[in-house]
Amino acid sequence: MYTQAMDTMRDEGGDKPALRTAEEAQLQQRFDNRIDAGDFIEAKDWMPENYRKTLLRQISQHAHSEIVGMLPEGNWITRAPTLKRKAILLAKVQDEGGHGLYLYAAAETLGSSRDQMLDALHTGKAKYSSIFNYPTLTWADVGAIGWLVDGAAIMNQVPICRCSFAPYARAMVRICREESFHQRQGFDSLLVMMKQGTDAQRAMVQEAVNRWWWPCLMMFGPPDDQSPNSAQGMRWGIKRVSNDTLRQKFVDAAVQQAEVLGVTFPDPDLRWNEANQHWDYGTIDWSEFWRVVGGDGPCNRERLADRVKAWEDGEWVREAALAHARKSELKEAA
Amino acid sequence: MWEVFVRTKAGLDHKHCGSLHAADPKMAVQMARDVYTRRQEGSSVWVVRSDQIVASDPNDKDMYFDPAEDKVYRHPTFYKLPDSVDHM
Ligand SMILES: [Fe+2]
Ligand SMILES: [Fe+2]
Repeated sequence: MYTQAMDTMRDEGGDKPALRTAEEAQLQQRFDNRIDAGDFIEAKDWMPENYRKTLLRQISQHAHSEIVGMLPEGNWITRAPTLKRKAILLAKVQDEGGHGLYLYAAAETLGSSRDQMLDALHTGKAKYSSIFNYPTLTWADVGAIGWLVDGAAIMNQVPICRCSFAPYARAMVRICREESFHQRQGFDSLLVMMKQGTDAQRAMVQEAVNRWWWPCLMMFGPPDDQSPNSAQGMRWGIKRVSNDTLRQKFVDAAVQQAEVLGVTFPDPDLRWNEANQHWDYGTIDWSEFWRVVGGDGPCNRERLADRVKAWEDGEWVREAALAHARKSELKEAA
Repeated sequence: MWEVFVRTKAGLDHKHCGSLHAADPKMAVQMARDVYTRRQEGSSVWVVRSDQIVASDPNDKDMYFDPAEDKVYRHPTFYKLPDSVDHM
């Protein structure tokens, strides 16, 4: 089954002849069997070209998201209300940088260099998660990101720990272990404001939740009936759970947590469905999603400009490190 | 590019945990600490240049490792001893 869908993609790409050698067909068969058996694929194993391409795109975009994701929160490090919150936020943002690194390393095993990937990001060719194109206007946004954005990310990422491509799965295991702290610190920060804060602080929390709720639901991607590549990802064992299933799981968990916090979600259609034992939610504005993905969100230009500036400002540091390494090597040789 | 190995605590093996980019060995060790042991995951790190690692061929995996498959007598469970001494 994978073969058929892949051939379609290959034809679309038009980069390879549809005809295969007998040897290739045999390799393909062995690969399919391994996927069916729930085996892991390692970087040096044979894999279909489209499997490699799909993974490379997904992992590098995931890496870019971690890195760009440092920006909205990094914005608040110098203005965190207490030393404790500042230390926590620093640690969280540092974690995200680490996540980006694990993922770039996993993508590199597929044969793309770090420089190529960064170039794709900086020239706007590669995408990153739409969520990071929204602004962090108040301190409550930092808590809301931890609770909701990292919460949604965890929902998305846990199934990838069982991804058929082993280097990606291993990176994901490490990342998921660290994400839990991110979500909890966010919730904790909001809880303090809701329980011990002033009316103004409580209103600030509610206002932040209002802004982040819908973009968070969009993080799970288009509805199942509008994600044609999802089925392929499922067959390959890259994707394990569908977008809508994950989104529902997130909504169900978040509604309960919101009650503890004492905030509401900006959705008049949000109500308990006795029949299917889930929370029904309103219609998501997918035109907004596509606009933001397409580059026209509130902060797309700013985020990209910040990344490019950071890369260019760091140029002399990278050069100096390499020059130092060359010099030390020469000294040792002498 | 460097491969990173971490010993999680004294007495255990160093285990491969990932890779990173660094200009020289000293920087690689520092980066390994910052990236892979932020929560006291290790008490020692090794870094090895990725291109210095020699690996077995993944395509020969079956041919290469299966000869050990039928050598069941290499396992202690192969030997069924009288009950009175079977826990030896
Ligand atoms: Fe992360
Ligand atoms: Fe996170």
